[in-house]
Amino acid sequence: MSANGTALDVTAPARVKPERARWPLRLRSRGAVGVVMCLPLIALISGLVAYPFFYSIYLSMLNKRETTFVWLDNFRYLTTLDTFWTVVQMSFLFTFLAVLWKAVLGFTLAVVIHALPVRGQRVWRGLSLIPWVMPLALSSLGWWWIYEPTHSALNWLLMLVGISPKPWLSEPFWARFSVVLVNIWYGTPFFMITYLAGLKSIPQELFESSAIDGASAPQRLRYVTLPMLKNIIAITLLFSTIVTLATFDIIRVLTRGGPRHTTHVFGTYAFELGIATGDVPLGAAVSLFMFPILAVSAFFILRGIRRSTV
Amino acid sequence: MEPTSRRNFLKTAAGGAAAATVVGFPHVSRAQTKLTLGLWDHWVPGANDVLKGIIEEWGRANKVEIAIDFITSIGNKLDLTGAAEYRAGAGHDIIAFGTWNGTLYKDKLEPMSDVAETLIKKYGNFNENATYLNFQDGRWVTLPSPIGSHTYPLETRMDLWKQHAGIDVRELFPVDARKRVPGKVQAWDWKMFLAGAKKVHAAGFPFGASIAENTDSNDWLGPLFASHGVVPMNDKGEVTIESDATVGVIEYLRELTQFMPKEIYGWDDASNNRWLISGKGSAIINPPSAWTVAKRDQPAVAAQVWHHDVPRGPKGHFRGALPFSWGIWRFSKAKQAAKDLLLHVSQREIQWKLITASQGYDYPQLPSFMDHPVWTEIGPPPGGQYNYPVRGDEKLIVAGWPAKQEYGVQIYYKWLLPTMVGKATSGGMAPRDAMKWAAKELEGYKRG
Repeated sequence: MSANGTALDVTAPARVKPERARWPLRLRSRGAVGVVMCLPLIALISGLVAYPFFYSIYLSMLNKRETTFVWLDNFRYLTTLDTFWTVVQMSFLFTFLAVLWKAVLGFTLAVVIHALPVRGQRVWRGLSLIPWVMPLALSSLGWWWIYEPTHSALNWLLMLVGISPKPWLSEPFWARFSVVLVNIWYGTPFFMITYLAGLKSIPQELFESSAIDGASAPQRLRYVTLPMLKNIIAITLLFSTIVTLATFDIIRVLTRGGPRHTTHVFGTYAFELGIATGDVPLGAAVSLFMFPILAVSAFFILRGIRRSTV
Repeated sequence: MEPTSRRNFLKTAAGGAAAATVVGFPHVSRAQTKLTLGLWDHWVPGANDVLKGIIEEWGRANKVEIAIDFITSIGNKLDLTGAAEYRAGAGHDIIAFGTWNGTLYKDKLEPMSDVAETLIKKYGNFNENATYLNFQDGRWVTLPSPIGSHTYPLETRMDLWKQHAGIDVRELFPVDARKRVPGKVQAWDWKMFLAGAKKVHAAGFPFGASIAENTDSNDWLGPLFASHGVVPMNDKGEVTIESDATVGVIEYLRELTQFMPKEIYGWDDASNNRWLISGKGSAIINPPSAWTVAKRDQPAVAAQVWHHDVPRGPKGHFRGALPFSWGIWRFSKAKQAAKDLLLHVSQREIQWKLITASQGYDYPQLPSFMDHPVWTEIGPPPGGQYNYPVRGDEKLIVAGWPAKQEYGVQIYYKWLLPTMVGKATSGGMAPRDAMKWAAKELEGYKRG
């Protein structure tokens, strides 16, 4: 008997057939189901990544009034501007220094925390993540008060220990140093937590056997830890390069690109051109300058990872 | 009741229309009309409430449903809202614009000529700076708004300048323009200012003004250059910055900056306020916002602050001004109601209330409204803001003037003047090289 009291129909399987037949054969395969399941994600990526990307390429090839197609003229014009080359220089300097130091400090922190007893690890892991989980615009405001040109809290501390105050945001060298430092402070926890996860995935036996073979701590780091983390390091470097090169908040809040445009990076300069002065095509061209650089870096890093895993 | 004949109806309608024309705006029943407004979030406590009350009262009287968003200009939020609505073709019916936004978005803005001309007929012309910014291509693209509009007078610690520099600014610029002594006022020029700046610096209370990527920098450097006959680009689109006069002003600034704080190259728009309020500074160039905060936090400092004319130069007398405006998007479905509302809030009696609510910060764009008593009454010191409205021969300008507005906005927001000056006064560049850098940049601004 069925649940509703009617007799079970032995011919039921035969009735299922027309039901299934509603779906064409080619849509019944696992691959097709996969595609259907991915459609929402594809729609999201198309709408929020692909469309804006192609639209920005289109915009970058328009004149300022967006009435005429000028091909690569905006890019050509940018290369004639001294300010733009200052932006290029700062973008690379900023990204290189910030990513390098985030990786070094993140790795060091991860190794130190990994070496702690498990209970202690939790506390330090949690504390280290604070800069990363705080809203960046908010923490940048905090840093603004630390660096504030006239009433800098940091200068006050320096003077207490007999060090002369520094022009944190008023001189190009110190302003660049300041924004890089904030980016390192913000981004190091990302490296730390990723490397820590990587360290935990390395089989303990490898360390034990290398210790039995007489390897010192630096040798274990050089011949066990680093090779085992190679792919994770590559991926974090790639992610961080992309995110760091696209930095906006820190520079916008702390220096607005100054003094004398020396701390502008692609994102802040694009904002200044596109939003403040209404030259959206030129702003789009500035932001697209990042793309080939990132694409080439991504290609080589991902190829390296693929080769090492094959 | 006597039935209304066709003739009677036409008579009544014609009479009503005539009355509406005289009053200046029609009272049309607008059941189902909804108006959305994106307005600047005023920093003076209570000012938003007064404006909201006025608008809602008008809405009730005219059967228009009102929805107001007060949008902060902090973090460029108001600018970003305008930019987003412009590109999306959707958003508020009325939106408040900062100084240059009308220029950026004029192709999607409903012309405001009818409203502006009604006001001009009733109250006289808008000031020249407001006309330059709002009247473009033969039409009023936006309507000058008093709310948020401000000028940049000198804000001087009268005690310190009198004691250390021997200059009594209260005597020079008293609370009655008729009492000014012409010879003394004429002598108040940038040379005299430099001499005074040296003395207050020596006494430990320097003059402070930013030379950085912010509006305050433009709003004192633009007038300083203009008063020496230097404008980056003229109204014909010719680059005019390459001149001996430009080099002369840069040389002047090289000297003046020796007597200013070294941190000015990293200052933001609030830094000079803090500089004055802290008691370290003896003068800044700013609207009365610094005084307002000082009145709350450092009343002793506020009681010594006198607002007055900036120095004149050999080629004129200019003061910086950043007026706001109101725009109505073309995509609005309630354009007429929006215009009627803006006409209403532009009336003298309404603006009176708004100026009072802003404690005199809002600067009317119609010179005939300058007889508001707030600037004479507000204090301490009594009459300290009397000269916040222009009382002498200063001409209000915005850095970028008199170039065509499309170029002006770039001169302003690419920070051309502060960057050029910074390169020569702090970056080690020769004045002539800094000027050539600026000229090259300006040529690029002319791209179509």
